[in-house]
Amino acid sequence: MLKKLLPFVEHVLKKPVWDCRMCGQCVLHSTGMTCPMTCPKTLRNGPCGGVRENGNCEVIPDMQCVWLKAYDRKVYLPLPTVWKDHFNELRPPVDMRLQGSSSWINLVTKRDQQTPAGWSTTDESH
Amino acid sequence: MSQMREKLENTNEVVFTSEFPALDGGGMAKVEKNAARLAPWFVGVNATDNPAAHAHASNTASAIAMKMHGIEPIMQIVCRDKNRLAIQADMMGAALHGIDNISLLTGDDVTAGDEPESRRVFDIDSTQAINIARIITTGKYLSGRKIDPAPDFYISAVENPAAPPFDYRIERALKKYRAGAKYLQLQICYHSDRLEKFCAGVAKIAPDLKLIPTIVLVKSAKPMSFMHDKVPGIDIPQDILNRVSSAADQAEEAYKLTVELAKHAMTLPSVRGLHVTDFRHDDSLERFMYDLGQKPRN
Ligand code: SF4
Repeated sequence: MLKKLLPFVEHVLKKPVWDCRMCGQCVLHSTGMTCPMTCPKTLRNGPCGGVRENGNCEVIPDMQCVWLKAYDRKVYLPLPTVWKDHFNELRPPVDMRLQGSSSWINLVTKRDQQTPAGWSTTDESH
Repeated sequence: MSQMREKLENTNEVVFTSEFPALDGGGMAKVEKNAARLAPWFVGVNATDNPAAHAHASNTASAIAMKMHGIEPIMQIVCRDKNRLAIQADMMGAALHGIDNISLLTGDDVTAGDEPESRRVFDIDSTQAINIARIITTGKYLSGRKIDPAPDFYISAVENPAAPPFDYRIERALKKYRAGAKYLQLQICYHSDRLEKFCAGVAKIAPDLKLIPTIVLVKSAKPMSFMHDKVPGIDIPQDILNRVSSAADQAEEAYKLTVELAKHAMTLPSVRGLHVTDFRHDDSLERFMYDLGQKPRN
C-alpha cells in the first residue's frame, strides 16, 4: 500500500517546487536543490558545452540552463556543507528501473545507492 | 601504441590534432584524399560521431578507415544517439581494431541537426561515459562482466572554457579528469581572458591534465558571425568580429587573427597542443603550421 501511495505523495509535493520527474534516485541535495532531470539532456554531472552566452539552455533558448541555476544555488544558498561538498561527486548512471518509484522508499531501503557491479569511481592511475 | 599517449605522456612536444571531414559518400578514395592532406601535420585526428546531430558514416567505421590510411584516429563517442550498451559496444569495437584513443562527449542536441524529430537518448552523460571507458581498461564492463585482456584506451574529453558558468567549467574539467580523461580538447574560445582563467585553474589543481585548445581557420567574417549567432556555446567579442569584417582583405585578417590566437593559447599553462579546425580548405593550413614553427611529419 505504502509503495503505491508514497510515489503519489512525493510527486504531488516535489513536482510544483522542483518539477520532479520521479527518477526514483533523488540527488537534489547534491545539486543545489535543482533537479538535473529537468535538463533536456538529463545530465547529472554538470552542464553541456552548449550553454548560451546569456546563461540559457542550448535546447530551450528561453529557459535558464539547469546547471547554471544549480551552481548558483550551490554557491549562494545556505545549504549544509556536506551537501555542497557532494556537488562535484561523480553521480552514477540513472537506474531506469526506478523511474516512477518513490525516491523516499529507495533512500530508506538504500536501493538508490545500488550501482552496477562494474561501476567504481576510483581511478588508481592518478 | 597510441602516438597521442606517447607524445603527451612521454615527451614535451607540441601535439596538433584535427578533425576528419565527416564521410557521406565517395568511399575510400575520399578517405585517402583527406588523409593525405592531414597526415603530415597531425598526431591524432578526430573521428566524429554524427557531428552537429547530422547522420554520417559511423564513428567506428570512419576511425577504421582513417587508420587504414595512416591516420591515428581519436574516436569520439557522443551520448545523444546511443544508450550505455551501444556506447560500450562502440568502445569494444574500437578496441577490436586497435583504436586506443577514445574521446567522450555529451553531443549537440538533436534540435541542432537536420532530423530534430529524433529521440534524444542521453542514457548516460559524458562524465559517466569517461568513467565507463576507464572501467573497461580495468578489464570489465559496467555490469562487472570480465574483459580479458582489457583494452588499453587513452581517454580524453572535451570542455568549453567559453560558456557559462565559467568558474564551474574548471571544476567540471577536473571531474572528467578524476573519471579518467588524460587530456581535454577545448571548444573554440575567442575570449582570451576566459581561456587564460580556465587553463590557469586547471593547471593549479590538476597539473597532469593536458589541454588542447581549438583554433579555427576561417576565410572571412561570415563563418565567424555564423558561429556567434547560430552555435550555442560560442560567443565572439564584437571587436574581434569587427576587426575581420571591416578589413580590406578579410581572408588575410582572419588568418592573422588565427595565428595570434594560436600563439597566445600555446603560452598558457597546461596547454600541450592545438586542435585545428580548417574551414578554409585552401593552402593556408600549411602556411599556418609553418608559421607556428611546425614541419611536416614524415
Ligand atoms: S544548456 Fe544546460 S539545461 Fe540545456 S541541455 Fe545543456 S546542460 Fe542541460
